[in-house]
Amino acid sequence: MKTVEGLYYSESHEWVKVDGEVAIIGITDFAQKAMGDIVYVDMPEVDDEVTAEEEFGAVESVKAASDLISPVSGTVTEINEALEDESGLLNQDPYDNWIIKVQMSEPEELDRLMDADAYAAFCAQQ
Amino acid sequence: MEDLLKTCLYDRHEALKAQMSPFGGFIMPIQYSNIVEEHQAVRQKAGMFDVSHMGEIFVSGTDAEAFINHIFTNDIRIMPAGKIQYGMMLYPDGGVVDDLLVYKLAEPDHYLLVVNAANIAKDEEWIRSQSSGYEVCIDNQSDRWGEVALQGPDAERIAVEVLGLENARDLAFYTFTETSWNGAPILLSRTGYTGEDGFEFYAAPEVIVALWDKLMENGVTPCGLGCRDTLRFEVGLPLYGHELSAEISPIEAGLSMFVKTDKEEFIGHDSILRQKTEGTARKLVGIELTEKAIPRAGYPVECDGEVIGEVTTGYQSISTGKYVCMALINRAYAETGRPVSVRVRKKTFAGVICKKRFYDKNYKK
Repeated sequence: MKTVEGLYYSESHEWVKVDGEVAIIGITDFAQKAMGDIVYVDMPEVDDEVTAEEEFGAVESVKAASDLISPVSGTVTEINEALEDESGLLNQDPYDNWIIKVQMSEPEELDRLMDADAYAAFCAQQ
Repeated sequence: MEDLLKTCLYDRHEALKAQMSPFGGFIMPIQYSNIVEEHQAVRQKAGMFDVSHMGEIFVSGTDAEAFINHIFTNDIRIMPAGKIQYGMMLYPDGGVVDDLLVYKLAEPDHYLLVVNAANIAKDEEWIRSQSSGYEVCIDNQSDRWGEVALQGPDAERIAVEVLGLENARDLAFYTFTETSWNGAPILLSRTGYTGEDGFEFYAAPEVIVALWDKLMENGVTPCGLGCRDTLRFEVGLPLYGHELSAEISPIEAGLSMFVKTDKEEFIGHDSILRQKTEGTARKLVGIELTEKAIPRAGYPVECDGEVIGEVTTGYQSISTGKYVCMALINRAYAETGRPVSVRVRKKTFAGVICKKRFYDKNYKK
């Protein structure tokens, strides 16, 4: 399983890359492997509010739907429209292909997330 | 996980690095490569499944025929040896104990009942509890049998050329023969759960392992339970726990052709006869969404803002690409062509009632 240094990770297997006050959010390699072939990504719309630890969309594989849980609170500024036609990008490179960007309202929420090492240890116990 | 049972092919799945998951009390392979590739292998060439988790319950004795006909919805009296029937065991209220296959063996008064893995213990207890007054022997041999399903348009050629089972060629659909392979007894059955032509092999665990290895050596694609479900779903075959259950009768599920109410008696007969004559409140239908969303089991089906039922199984069909599901809904809304919607998380998506067969079966014989 692959992790990337410098990202924040949630227990529900999302990653966050911080760019100033913007959180770039995607799913981890562990998540895409567990789900298998991803066929559809249900994303929010720009300007939607998201709340930390609450569902903001879903990733659908052939066999099941998995909720996307937001690691931070804020306002959606951008969605990755490439995923609308090619959701399999999340299988190919889950760290290169983000899902949404969020203008954070409470950046301190990042402190509740794990770093790459802690996340790798967390996954090893799953 | 330590309480889960392993099939005789467990080591093979581990070696192939299959994604394993609990199913019906067993730890089973969900996929080896990915569901789409495995699904397409079965539709276009051939694939093989470890289905050793299925239960094998033997019923024999002078009253075996009368007893099975008492607990089974189909009518086995007309069945010659070598024939197989599909049907259900019902509770008196018409709910389903299990759906199963009944094999009439060559030895007189001997039958094999093949039941769902998750229901083996429940079924055995049910069968025994109904047997008083009948001269029968009930022998649950589930842990002594392995089973492999070989499915797809190339299945016959592989059975003949790779396995050397010449008699596979002449076997009609839903018939079987008790034959031998590599000097060991094997039950060769022209059945399956994919909508494709194919065979199911029943034998002792070590024979099944050898047969699996032989098929692997010859390039047959190993397929997991993931595509077993997408395959059976596309051709409208029911799965116990989804389209049939103690709460869903075979009449509601549209399987009345397997329930012979013209038999004078079987458990559940009167309830079923009433359902057939008066109609049921619910009906299992197909729904095709006209918008892009995947309807999953348990999602509500709505019409005019009211919940009229729920999805029992749904996928983006691998063979057709369509967003489709089977759903159990209020019969008043069940006519083909009627617009309905399915709630997927926070939104509803438009769809239309259709046949619950989304892909045509391709049985050869």
